[in-house]
Amino acid sequence: MDFLDLRWDIIWNYRELFLRGIWVTIVLTVCGYIGGIILGILVGLGETSKRKWIYWPCKIYVDLFRGTPMLVQILIIHLAFIPAVFGQSFGFMVSGITALILNSGAYNAEIIRAGVQSIDKGQMEAARSLGLTQGQAMRKIILPQAFRRMIPPLGNEFIALLKDSSLVTVIAANDILYAAKVVAGAYQRFWEPYLVAAILYLILTYLVTKVVAFVEKRFSNDYNPRRKREGRVEA
Amino acid sequence: MIKVENLHKYFDKLEVLKGIDYEVHEKEVVCVIGPSGSGKSTFLRCINLLEEITDGAVYINGVKVNDSSTNINDIRTEVGMVFQQFNLFPHMTVIDNITMAPMLIRKMSKPDAEKLALELLDKVGLREKAHNYPQQLSGGQQQRVAIARALAMKPKVMLFDEPTSALDPEMVNEVLDVMKQLAFEGMTMVVVTHEMGFAREVADRVVFMDGGYIVEEGKPAEIFSNPKNERTKAFLGKVL
Repeated sequence: MDFLDLRWDIIWNYRELFLRGIWVTIVLTVCGYIGGIILGILVGLGETSKRKWIYWPCKIYVDLFRGTPMLVQILIIHLAFIPAVFGQSFGFMVSGITALILNSGAYNAEIIRAGVQSIDKGQMEAARSLGLTQGQAMRKIILPQAFRRMIPPLGNEFIALLKDSSLVTVIAANDILYAAKVVAGAYQRFWEPYLVAAILYLILTYLVTKVVAFVEKRFSNDYNPRRKREGRVEA
Repeated sequence: MIKVENLHKYFDKLEVLKGIDYEVHEKEVVCVIGPSGSGKSTFLRCINLLEEITDGAVYINGVKVNDSSTNINDIRTEVGMVFQQFNLFPHMTVIDNITMAPMLIRKMSKPDAEKLALELLDKVGLREKAHNYPQQLSGGQQQRVAIARALAMKPKVMLFDEPTSALDPEMVNEVLDVMKQLAFEGMTMVVVTHEMGFAREVADRVVFMDGGYIVEEGKPAEIFSNPKNERTKAFLGKVL
């Protein structure tokens, strides 16, 4: 069988391209995710606003970016939007990170909105009745509780973004997938480069799952169901 | 202390309060009774503007609450509120629940706030629960913590919105006892309640509401023994 005869030496020859690809994928994903979280918090809270001029732009943004393919978004941002606004391109990194921020921001916004709205209305009322402002109540009471519920879906979003970042190869970003494509093109061999690309993504997503699990554990410390049960026994 | 003038409240097109006039004096304990849906809780929630006031006015110590120049947050620091569902903050320990607002808003130092919190926990009999989380407490204990939390802001008035309605029967009295103690110490209180025994024993005035109006108001002895209005008679006939 043909694919048992794998030639790993061609990967080794292109190792620097793959290493570069891992680095690019990580930078794209991490920058896109951090930007997407910040944007998501702003837009997500905007979506809970009663003021129409805050609510509607947020809602329209989320619907636009969730309703269109990320591939199309990347092409529009890189080939149309950035050249039209700035008169030049700043390369795939700027376009790629912009697209990832805008796309993940829309998904994160929904996660954050749902998290905030899942907190019982009485929590906000209790905080406001003590004299806290809307902002203080958000920061001290609502967001800390909502954040715990948001960790798992935000973790999923991180993993999805990591994988979706491979779409930036269409604007010639030299990420992991790009390295695989180059090797495939050079040798007309497909098993080795794409398998390696898949394994590299798998390793990265596995590492992210571990980070998410750690964060989840870390922030559930003072709201531990096990401790709750022990407490009941004491009382 | 609290003055309500011609208070109207609509939820969309539904008129829940149809013109309430009432005055609560300092150190008075007023119990508001009436069938469910009569507007008792809405009336209470309009006092600290948890519900927007459609029309009319509420004054607390002469300051109009529903005025655009009034800082409602300042007013609310003077008006403690206790909810039917307790609404303790589940991500904070009991003592943090109590110290949070004094530290954040009154800029109290942490040691001072904790000293105050422990005093208040002594008062409601829960000092040993200071470092537990709300979920570890029974309903009655949670409600006593909620009272301590409201008292930590040193309010001039306390509003109680059916404070014992969500409790198992055997826990009602521990909460009512704390409230009695507060009343005895001279706290101005407005209590929406179904506990007629408490109203009869503790209240200075009893207000009977039905259909968005105050139907009858008076000393507990008058209302309970000699109600004048037919609807009051019918309601008391059912609950007593």
